[in-house]
Amino acid sequence: MKIKFSFWKLLFLFLMATGLWATIIRYSEGLGASTHLNDQFPWGIWIGFDVLCGVMLAAGGFTLTAAVHIFNIRQMHSIVRPTVLTAFLGYLLVCVALMYDLGKPYNIWHPLIMRNPHSVMFEVAYCVMLYTAVLALEFSPIVLERFHLRKPLRVIRAILIPLVICGVILSTLHQSSLGSLYLITPEKLYPLWYSPLLPVFFFLSAIAVGLAMTIFESTMSAKYFSGQLELAILQELGRVLVVVLAVYGVLRFEDLFDRGALELSLQPGYETYLFWLEILLSLILPLILLLQRKVRTSAGGLYLSSVLVVLGFIANRMNVSITGFERSAGSHYFPKWTELSVTGAIIAGGFALFGLAVKYLPIFPQERRMVEPQIEGSAEPLTAAVLNHAGD
Amino acid sequence: MSKALLYDATLCIGCKRCEEACAAQNQLPYNDTVAAEEKQSEHKFTIVMTKGDKFMRRLCMSCQDPTCASVCPVGALTKTPAGPVTYDANKCMGCRYCMIACPFSVPKYEWNKLAPKVRKCTMCANRIAAGKPTACAEICPTGATKFGDRDALIAEAQQRIRDNPGNYVNHIYGLTEVGGTSVLLLSSVPFGEFGYHDDLSQDPLPMLTYRVLSRIPDFVALGGVLLGGVWWITHRREEVAAAEGRGPKAVGERSDGRKQ
Repeated sequence: MKIKFSFWKLLFLFLMATGLWATIIRYSEGLGASTHLNDQFPWGIWIGFDVLCGVMLAAGGFTLTAAVHIFNIRQMHSIVRPTVLTAFLGYLLVCVALMYDLGKPYNIWHPLIMRNPHSVMFEVAYCVMLYTAVLALEFSPIVLERFHLRKPLRVIRAILIPLVICGVILSTLHQSSLGSLYLITPEKLYPLWYSPLLPVFFFLSAIAVGLAMTIFESTMSAKYFSGQLELAILQELGRVLVVVLAVYGVLRFEDLFDRGALELSLQPGYETYLFWLEILLSLILPLILLLQRKVRTSAGGLYLSSVLVVLGFIANRMNVSITGFERSAGSHYFPKWTELSVTGAIIAGGFALFGLAVKYLPIFPQERRMVEPQIEGSAEPLTAAVLNHAGD
Repeated sequence: MSKALLYDATLCIGCKRCEEACAAQNQLPYNDTVAAEEKQSEHKFTIVMTKGDKFMRRLCMSCQDPTCASVCPVGALTKTPAGPVTYDANKCMGCRYCMIACPFSVPKYEWNKLAPKVRKCTMCANRIAAGKPTACAEICPTGATKFGDRDALIAEAQQRIRDNPGNYVNHIYGLTEVGGTSVLLLSSVPFGEFGYHDDLSQDPLPMLTYRVLSRIPDFVALGGVLLGGVWWITHRREEVAAAEGRGPKAVGERSDGRKQ
């Protein structure tokens, strides 16, 4: 265990060091020196992975807050906090990635005063801003609780339901708008991925990934942080995941058939291989696995299936943003080391922040019990009820 | 009256003086190396492509309903009533969505600068504002590139095809492509041979996203009421359950919290 821990620490330091080096190149020499982007390929992995996948992986936040606070599915309550934490960190890291990718990052605030409501990117900009703010508020009770600030805690509790509703609407808009971004490129994006239904696909797959990420995270957290796996809840999530994947799968293939693009998926070629890789990982394997009771009820089976779903939809986002454009651009794109190391540093930063938050804030139920003695020792002890329910 | 350019490839002799005039107008370097480049770039806004004895120009098409202007989140790109699509570098934040969205892949980027700008032909907007033709049209020795009112140029292009049907492909490129452009092309060979898409939509592309975007206000109102309603129903069940003495836990916790 000790060796393993120092390996992760070394990896973290390595990623941060190369990330720093890449950052220096990015801001001292510009995008040309720090990326393989060019006029044929204006968007690379900083958009395709860091932003598109970053937002998608944060989808657990709105899925779980909606399930618990709106649909009142109480048994999932104990895993809301880690998913809100992940979503909040995810959005913060998306903002960080944007500061690398934008040509003039210091103009990032421009959409606040220069408005073009006909632009999907304008919608995206507002969703990022507003939902990051909502996530900060949804996350705030955890911090307020830690420092026993009960007055602001009560304010957040009072506005919790409207806040959650705002969060769900903003997320829905944001997840789907990332698909809408590509509606404008019918002649550029390969027909296996271009569809008028792109916003619907992005939204549905975000829900699937939100569920898969919640399973993934809960399993990982149980192993490294909290020690307790809420298997019953994960089994429930696994069942919902099957339905969401099945609906997505039917819609996806109906759409391919309706647009006459299904034959393309049988023509051997670069796009076809990556299309089937995506479908295999995101739909075929997880559905085969999760439809078996034995797999669906075991921690290992759920974990494996959720990893496949996450990888499958990462493949989907990369296909939409990169693979699908290579033919019309007439060139291949592969990220430069600087692009990869910035991405690596951002992911490493995310894991580190998650670890710190779990260590110092009441994220998991056990953690909350552990901080209780401190609270009881303070002048005005909070009751367990507030601890467990205040505003998450 | 909207201005336009008519480029008739059958009159072009490939002298590339339009390229040179364009570079001078936009204060860009022009020499033999640049002249040899058959690719639009951040330092070359228009190109004359050569294929045997056939030529074809490429420049910003200045669409009637430009995709680039519709996708720009900060409105840095604008279609002026006179025809040109202009760019305000001070507004631009560098998201490069215009480059992704342009159906003709016209906008180019200053990849190697620290404060990069999007670069493209702006149909000499300042010259047009001053009542002058574009630099490329003014310099053209054969009249292959002609500047004028869009309606008049369309009529003229149609006349040229009627007068000499054997000389032309029976198509004015830009008349209806993506809802029409302020640059009109005539050619004796199919436009596809020079990389022009001949399968472009006849409708302006901005409609593709606007159809979705225009529903957002409805969606927000509907979603808010729907989610609020679901919350009201699911929690009503709980209140009833509590009143009947079932499931006291959830409500009990809440009232504990309130007593604080």
